[in-house]
Order: sequence, then C-alpha cells, then structure tokens
Amino acid sequence: MQDKPIIELRDVIKRFGSVQALNGINATIREGEFFSLLGPSGCGKTTLLRMIAGFEDPTDGAIVIDGKSMQGIPANRRPTNMVFQSYAIFPHLSVAENVAYGLKKKKLSKAEIAAEVDKALSMVDLAGYGRRAAHELSGGQRQRVALARALVMRPKVVLLDEPLSALDKKLREQMQVELRQLQQSIGITFILVTHDQEEALIMSDRIAVMFEGNIAQIDTPEGLYRRPVSKRVASFIGVMNFLDATATGQDGTGLSLDIPALGKVTVPSSHVPEGMAAASVQSIGVRPEMLTILFDGKDRAESETTGKITGTSYYGDMTYYTVALNGVGAPVTVSMRNTAGRSVLPVGSPVRVGWGAESIVLFE
Amino acid sequence: MILGREARQGLTLISPTMIYALLLLAAPLLTVVTFSFWTQDYLTIDTTLTLNNYREAWTQPIYRILILRSLMVSLVVTLVTVLLAFPIAYYLSFHVTRRKALWLFMITIPFWTSYLLRVFLWKVILGYNGVLNSALTGLGIIDEPLTFLLYNINAVIITLAHAWAPFAILPIFVALEKIDRSLLEAAEDLGDGPVRRFFRVTLPLAMPGVIASILIVLIPTVGDFITPRLVGGTDGLMIANMIQIQFGKANNAPLGAALAVSSMVIVASISLVIYLAGKRFGGKTQ
Amino acid sequence: MRPGHNSKRFSWLTIYAVGYMLFLYAPVILLPLFAFNSSTIIAFPLSGFTTEWFTVLLNNAALGESVENSLIVAVSTAILSTLLGACAARASARYRFPGQRGMIAFIMLPLVLPEIIVAVALLVLLMQLGLSLSLWTVIGGHTLICVPYSIAILSSAFHGLDRSLEEASFDLGETSWGTFKRVTFPLVLPGVISSLLICFTISLDEFIIAFFLTGTDATLPVYIWSQLRFPTKLPSIMALGTILLALSVILLILAEWFRQRSAKRQGVEASAAGGFL
Repeated sequence: MQDKPIIELRDVIKRFGSVQALNGINATIREGEFFSLLGPSGCGKTTLLRMIAGFEDPTDGAIVIDGKSMQGIPANRRPTNMVFQSYAIFPHLSVAENVAYGLKKKKLSKAEIAAEVDKALSMVDLAGYGRRAAHELSGGQRQRVALARALVMRPKVVLLDEPLSALDKKLREQMQVELRQLQQSIGITFILVTHDQEEALIMSDRIAVMFEGNIAQIDTPEGLYRRPVSKRVASFIGVMNFLDATATGQDGTGLSLDIPALGKVTVPSSHVPEGMAAASVQSIGVRPEMLTILFDGKDRAESETTGKITGTSYYGDMTYYTVALNGVGAPVTVSMRNTAGRSVLPVGSPVRVGWGAESIVLFE
Repeated sequence: MILGREARQGLTLISPTMIYALLLLAAPLLTVVTFSFWTQDYLTIDTTLTLNNYREAWTQPIYRILILRSLMVSLVVTLVTVLLAFPIAYYLSFHVTRRKALWLFMITIPFWTSYLLRVFLWKVILGYNGVLNSALTGLGIIDEPLTFLLYNINAVIITLAHAWAPFAILPIFVALEKIDRSLLEAAEDLGDGPVRRFFRVTLPLAMPGVIASILIVLIPTVGDFITPRLVGGTDGLMIANMIQIQFGKANNAPLGAALAVSSMVIVASISLVIYLAGKRFGGKTQ
Repeated sequence: MRPGHNSKRFSWLTIYAVGYMLFLYAPVILLPLFAFNSSTIIAFPLSGFTTEWFTVLLNNAALGESVENSLIVAVSTAILSTLLGACAARASARYRFPGQRGMIAFIMLPLVLPEIIVAVALLVLLMQLGLSLSLWTVIGGHTLICVPYSIAILSSAFHGLDRSLEEASFDLGETSWGTFKRVTFPLVLPGVISSLLICFTISLDEFIIAFFLTGTDATLPVYIWSQLRFPTKLPSIMALGTILLALSVILLILAEWFRQRSAKRQGVEASAAGGFL
C-alpha cells in the first residue's frame, strides 16, 4: 500500500432541503487501503459514499478521485464501482450476464468478456455459477456476484454499502475475513460503510468514525481503540470505563492526575494528546482489559486500588466483572481471561485491582 | 419556485398525461358547466348567462321525479349489491385458503362480456316469455308467467346489482385481507364470541373497503341509461335517459348540461356524507 | 381455521357462495346456450343444435366493418393509454414533485365519474370547438377512461422495481437510455403487456362513450345496440356475444399470466387483487 492519495474530500457539505446531512468533511484515502466509514445510522456515512459514487452531488466542497475533480461527472463515468446493500442483482439476467453487464460498453470480444467473467467469479469463489439464474442464489452468493460484477470493471475504488448486514452472523464473520483477504490480494482501494464497529476493526486499514454529519476521528483500528479523541468515539468502539479525574500538574515528563477511584498517577507525555492542557482534563478512560483483578499476594501491578465485585458475566473464555472501586462513582467493567486455576469470583468478594499509567486515556 | 432536478424531471415526465387530462377532462367538464348557463333554441345557442336551466331542472316535476328516482334506485342497488357482496368477500378472505386469485378471476369473468349484452340477457331472463318464466312454467312451479319481473324498477335493480357485483366485492375483499388475523384471535382470547368479534373487530377494520365499495357502485349507477332503457319500461326511466334525450332528440344541450351538473352535485354531496360517516365509524377503532 | 369450530357457519356461507356464483354466471351461461340453439326465440325449452347463427355473422358486412372499427379504436386506445399511463406511473413512483398527489388524483378521476358525464362533457366540448365526430374522438374518450387502469397496473410494476437496480446499471457505466433498455423495460414489460391487454378489452366493450362520440363509423357495441330491436337478429347477437366472451376471457387469462410472471421475475408475490386498489 502506497501513500498516494486516491480520494480527497475537501470541505464536503450536503444539505437536503433544511436538513444538514454532512458538515464539511475532510479526508484523504490512500491508494490500496481498506478504508471504512463507521458510525450510527443517520450519521451521513451512506450519503458520503453515494456522493463519492456520483449518485448525489455535494452542496458544497470538492471530491477528487485520482487527482481529477468529480464536479459534474455523473456516476456512470466515474472510476468507482459500488456493491449495494441490497446487492441489486438484475433478476432477469443470469449470473454471468450480471457480471458481464458493465463490460458490454467496453468493446471487448465475446471470448474476452467470458474470460474476464470467469476470472471474476473465481476470485469470489463462485467459479462455474455463470449459468445460474439470479433468483436461484442465496443471500451470500448474491453478495459475491455483486462483488464480482464490481471487480470485473477494474475500478480505482470499490465502494461497499453495508454489504454484510443482511447475512447471518456466522456467514458475516466468514465474509469479513474473505473480503479483507481478497482486497489485500488485488490491491484495489475499498471503501466500506458500516455501523458495526467490530466489522470495521477487523477489516480496515483505517477507519473514519462519523457522528451527525461530521468526522470525529480518522485512525487505524488500534489508534481508535487505544487513543480515542473523545468520549463519544471511545464508547462507540468497544467498551470504555469513564472515571472522574482532576489534573494536578503538567511538565516535561507528563501530566499528573488525581483519579479518586484509582489513585494518583503521572501519564507520560507520549500518551498525552498534543495540545491538551492540564486544566481541560475532566475525566479519564480505561479499557476493561487494562484493569486486572489481582488474584493472590503474588500478583503485582504498577498501581493498585481496591474494590468489591458487584456483578459477573461469564463468556467461556472471558469473564466480565463489574467492580465498585473504593466505593467511588459508577462500577467499572474489568475483563479477565479464564486461565486454568482461576474460578469465577462470587459477587460481593473484595478484590485488589491493578492498573498502569499507560492505560489511561485522557479526555477533556 | 426553485425546483430541484428530481422535481423538474418528475414534472416533465407526468406532463403529457396531465396535459391530456386537462384537455379532455378539465376542459370538457368546464364546458359542460358553462353550457348549463346558456340556452339553446333548436340549433342556435344563446350565450347569455342564465339560471333558467337550473330553475327548470329543479322545479319541473318530471326532472325532480327522475332525479329522485335515480337516487333511490342507486341507493337501493348500492345497498343490495354491497350487502350481497360482503358475505362472498368474507368467504373468500376467511374461508378460502388456496387459489384465492383463481376465485377472484372466476368472479370477474362474467363481466368481461359486453355490458349491453348482459343487460339484454337479463331482459331475456326476466321477460314474460323469457328464460325464467319458461323454466318455471315448464317445471310446473307456477301456472302463469310472473309479470312483476320486467319493465319496471325491479328489473333495473336486479340488473344493476348483477352488473356491479365484482366492483363491490373487490374493495371489501382487499380490506378484509389486510386485517391482521391475530387481532381476531386476541379478541377471542379476551372472551368475544364470533358475532361480537365480527361487529367489534372485523367490520370496523373493513369499513374503508365497505365505503369504497359503496361509492364505487353508487356513483356510476346514478348515471346509467342503458339498463333503464332496456329493462326499465316507462316506470324505470332514470335521469341519465333524460340527459341523453336532451342532448339528442330534444336538442336542448344546456338543459341536459344543467341536469348533468345537478345530478353530479347531488351525488358528490351524498358521497361525501357517506365517506365522512364511514371514517367516523371506522376511524374510532383505528 | 379450526375445523369443528365454525363448521355450521362454514356450510351456510359455502351455500351462499355457490348460490351467488350461480347468480353471477346466470346471464353469461345463456350466451353459448342460445347461440347454438336452433330456435329464434330466446326461451326454454331448447330446440336443436345449430351453428347457423355463427355463419350468419360471417356474412354480415356491417358487422365486419364495425369489428374493424372497434379493433382500430381498441388498439389505438391500448397503445396511447399505456404510453400516457407509463409516464404518469413512473413519474409518481420515482420522483417527488409539488402537486404530485393532486395531479394523480385528477388523472384518476374518470374512474369515479359516470361514463355518461364523461361522454356528454366531451361531446359538448367538441360541439363548441366545431370539431366533427369520428373514430378519433372515440379514441380520445376511451383513452381518458383507460389511463387510470393503465396507471394502476404500471404503478405496481414500477414500485416493484428496486431503485438500486437502475443505480447499479449507472454505476457500471450505462447511460440513461441504455439503463431503460436493458434493465427497466425488460422488468416492467409484463406490466406493459398487461396494461395493453386490459385497455384493449375495456375499449372493445365500451358503449356509452362510443355511442355519443362516434360519427358515421360504428364500433361493435354501437352496432350491437342497433340490432337489439330486431328479434330475428337476436340469436346471431348471442353468437356474437359468445365469441366476444371467449375472446375477452382469453385476453384476460393472458393479462393475468403476464402479471404473475412480472411479479415472479422480481421475486415478489403478486397480490390476488391485482394491484388495482
């Protein structure tokens, strides 16, 4: 994956009548990356995708694909192809005819078209399905045909509008892995729209988290998970414990905090978001797996605090405990792997909870 | 008014049909209304506006009789047709499980014969020497042929009730189909017997269909002139026959127009009343 | 339906249903019955079997002419109504524009107007404009009352068309016209054919408007009307009616078959009531 930008969104605004759907979107998507637009329904992610495809025009701002402005260029002349949420497989055509649909305009010979179709169908694991009628296919198969139909056009960007939302859980998980592998092997830029944060985390190189027409944060999955810029992003991705904190000072080494539930700590400067002043820190966040229940006298952690277990959820490989820390604030969630020799602790047990300075995320 | 691209495209697309309707529906209707204010003397038309036609239409006994009779016939036909239609629509919706479409198809087949011929056939059936009488006398059920069947209002009512049957069945059927069956099960679960269930759940929910059915039969039957002409005799003449005569032999188009407008106004008012009444009855429970 | 529960009512209702169907079919059964009956009087008892009434029809020149006129009118009406209906149906299914509902309601108005009003209104307009009556005026009137039926049929065809299918076609590089040719039209074609057949049938049978608006060329129903006063002509009219009935039934079966096929193509259930209401 190179760093060359393939899509640039500059101050893109979209209004529908009096409703503001997108408020000035700025982003750069790199060639060959798997990029996701993630957010709750109504955040504008599908609108943005459709504008890249050319089905909607921006009210203001520019969309540039491969260095060319897309102003005034309709959907049928853009170097993008889309996999629709409903798959949009033409019901009156066979699988092969569906896949070949866009090739008819390219003046290829019949043999060439057939070869391309076969190649595309093999890529999505549907080799030999060419003759089947569209209505004979299952949901998962239709999705693959839609993908093959887009890929056979060799677009610069493939756009996917919640392609897996109609599939059942097991199939969805399988497809997530397959899609990711496929994208990596062909090297074409994929832009995925989804509301499922797990899906985005599994498949993407980078994710843009959107709320109400704005991009809250663009980052790698790990970046979003470890260093969310706002409480909203933090709680949208995975589970986050929020605790009150007051900053007590800031210098070259880091930012000192007093967290009533956990204790006093200095967060190293490398973990302090750029430009964050001590005075603006209102709360901190810590992921459930960053808190540990210390099981016996030998277990040690960087820092310790005490609490009492108020609830347990057993998941087989993990147990999620809710722990009231020092009697301060709302209980936090602590996740523990169920390793050999450890049993699930009963509600009411007093515990020692371990944590570290580097697991603290600062919020304004 | 600034129109978006979608609005402009939509308007352009609908414009041919809309213009057609304006030219051939709006313009003629307006012309009829205008005509009703003019007078005709043999073949010349006097365009000074006058209310004479309406005066004549509303005061002359013959027109009043005809309009009232037409309304009465229409209302009776509507009542009979809808009442007869409801059970079969109910049967089709609740008691037929497979091939409902086939039943509906079978119901519509008789009505794809020429309307003229169907009316004529009822004349043939109901006549003094007609099919019904010859069958009954032949079987020995009666000695003398029945005379009350043809060339009067009864014949008109029977014929029209037959002619409009499928139009009455269809809306009721559609409305009954839409009723969520679990509502009836819930009512039964709460203690209602079949009759109470029908009047408290089924009928109110089917009301929009019943209203549509009533209006679909009522409005066109007022304007029918074929049936009265063929089977109505002198007793059975309706307003539409008079309208036709005014436009034909009597050469008094303005009067015909006034009669037409008057009848439409009356029918529209009645329809509005029925529609609103139906909404109140059904609306309470929706 | 639970078996023992409603069985008493069930059987009453079935009896009613059967009786009602007999009532519906009563006049219609008579048509073929007396078309092949060798007596000139339409009454029981039946005399003998004959096909002479059908041969009489074949030799009738005036009848032949009226059939020709009717066909001209019906075909023109079918095509014109379907075209206008398609425009309106697509406009209301795909686009949103001001006054949409009002316009559609107005276009559908002929469904609730008595035909005599429509006929009389058109006649008056034509009189005022000084235009003469001809088959064209009949076509005009017929189209007016057929367009609502066309819209009803095509509306469900267009609504059933997934919007993203057309977008997908665009996305794959097709033009508007190409999309229409390759995606839209094939998928609504069954609806189009259904509309053509229904409008054709309505026009073929329509009497009132034809009666008022025809000049010297009679359509078939107008011809039939003129023959009804002659008792000797009655049996051949029966024969004619039988033929028309058979023709209409065949056309209707075709229309329904196409409608079902259209729905199956798009993978939806075709409603029993035919998308009319």
